[in-house]
Amino acid sequence: MLTAYYHLLLRDLRLALRSRHELANPLIFFVLVVTLFPLAVTPTPEALQTMAPGVIWVSALLAVLLSLDRLFKLDYEDGSLDQLMLSPNPLMILVLAKVTAHWLLTGLPLVIIAPLLGMFMSLPADAVSVLIYSLLLGTPVLSLVGAIGVSLTVAVNRGGVLLSLIILPLYIPILIFGANAVDVASDGLPVTGQLLFLGAVLALALSLAPLATSVALRITASR
Amino acid sequence: MNWSEFFNMGGYAFFVWTSYALTFAVIVANIVFPIMQRKKVIARIRRAIRREQIELDKKSA
Amino acid sequence: MWNWIQRFSSPKHFYSMSAPLIKWFSAGALLIGLYGLYLGLFVAPTDYQQGESYRIIYIHVPAAWMSLFVYMVMAVSSGIGIIWQIRLADMVAAASAPIGASFAFLALVTGSLWGKPMWGAYWVWDARLTSELILLFLYLGYMALQSAIEDQRSADKASGLLAIVGVVNIPIIHYSVEWWNTLHQGATVTKFDKPSMHIDMLIPLLLMAVAFKLFYAAVVLVRTRNEALYRDRNRRWVRELVERL
Repeated sequence: MLTAYYHLLLRDLRLALRSRHELANPLIFFVLVVTLFPLAVTPTPEALQTMAPGVIWVSALLAVLLSLDRLFKLDYEDGSLDQLMLSPNPLMILVLAKVTAHWLLTGLPLVIIAPLLGMFMSLPADAVSVLIYSLLLGTPVLSLVGAIGVSLTVAVNRGGVLLSLIILPLYIPILIFGANAVDVASDGLPVTGQLLFLGAVLALALSLAPLATSVALRITASR
Repeated sequence: MNWSEFFNMGGYAFFVWTSYALTFAVIVANIVFPIMQRKKVIARIRRAIRREQIELDKKSA
Repeated sequence: MWNWIQRFSSPKHFYSMSAPLIKWFSAGALLIGLYGLYLGLFVAPTDYQQGESYRIIYIHVPAAWMSLFVYMVMAVSSGIGIIWQIRLADMVAAASAPIGASFAFLALVTGSLWGKPMWGAYWVWDARLTSELILLFLYLGYMALQSAIEDQRSADKASGLLAIVGVVNIPIIHYSVEWWNTLHQGATVTKFDKPSMHIDMLIPLLLMAVAFKLFYAAVVLVRTRNEALYRDRNRRWVRELVERL
């Protein structure tokens, strides 16, 4: 079972690395969107610092949302998804492998580049480290919950906007606590509560999301 | 109770009565749309019956 | 017993059984609603802090409760449909969504109209209103997914799964929004939460809540019958029924 997980994880990573030019797109989008905000307002450090947590978090959300398509679409189109569903390995494990690959390719780069964006938005150093922690805990949840949405819409043509409509309400709790953690850290206040909440949601998502995703795949993606 | 006082709702007439009017509208909509939906479904089924009848008549002719 | 359930959950059986129920539910909704309105508008005393504008509560709170109740029914029906493959449950879920969404919308608008005299603004990011707005989005997502998938069974199961995921998320969302809201409360007292309500104000509120639920029962029966007719449109029981109409 674990070997199946690793094999699928490595396979997804290898496939993604073949079209390396596409990999950077969510990352570039993330940086680009965050850059738009200082351009749209008077970029005084105080103003930027006030909106930084929200802006960075919402942009991260949107970057992950846009990249979710790659999770199942290609496999659905060439039939590998059917093969995966016929596999003797539990579908949940396979889903978890694909979601891990997705996070490594999309979420993790966002976490790594976050300090740069923190600097763009005049975030103090304490807040930047909390930003990294919150994104580290939050982006896997975005991939996990996003997988549920993608599995429901994979067979729908041009289901991109529909996906956003379905997923974004579910993302709101993560957004609230993630952005708030960074906000509060800027004032030097403790953030353990918020980070614990994010950790709890991550644990919940890890246990339930692959199950929901595999059920959804069997409903929508089996021909 | 004084009727003009009642309609005035202590100066909040607009807010209170608009709320109640909107409620009435939502309730009416929830009655009208299902009834319209029913008529449409039945009409569609009738048309299908007629179409199939025509097909059968053509075949037996 | 299983055979009994299967027999009574056939769309054909449901269709004939539901006709008298609609009349009873409608009558109940109308009578209780009118009585509740009478008590709420004429008998209940004026609030000493908010004046007459508080009377919007007799619509706003029942509508909000209604939207949540209908979503629960939707999620449970979807669960029954997915687990036990009872098509009638799928039909009830699909039929409930527009009703619940319309009441979520009503709760938002009446909340906004109540907010203006209270807080001076048509919209404030109050915890209850924000949660209600997110609930409306959950409804809209459900309806969008239903209509996007062509195959009826897949559409039912997919949106049903979404409803179940939504129901699990509702407490999390509600708690998060409440928590978020307490950070930005400031001095505004939210009059939406009345910990102690005068009994003369409470009774009309509860009556209106019951009336709304009965109204939902009547409307969902009508809509579910439409679903049954449409989905079984090629089956004999529907054909015979339509010809007799």
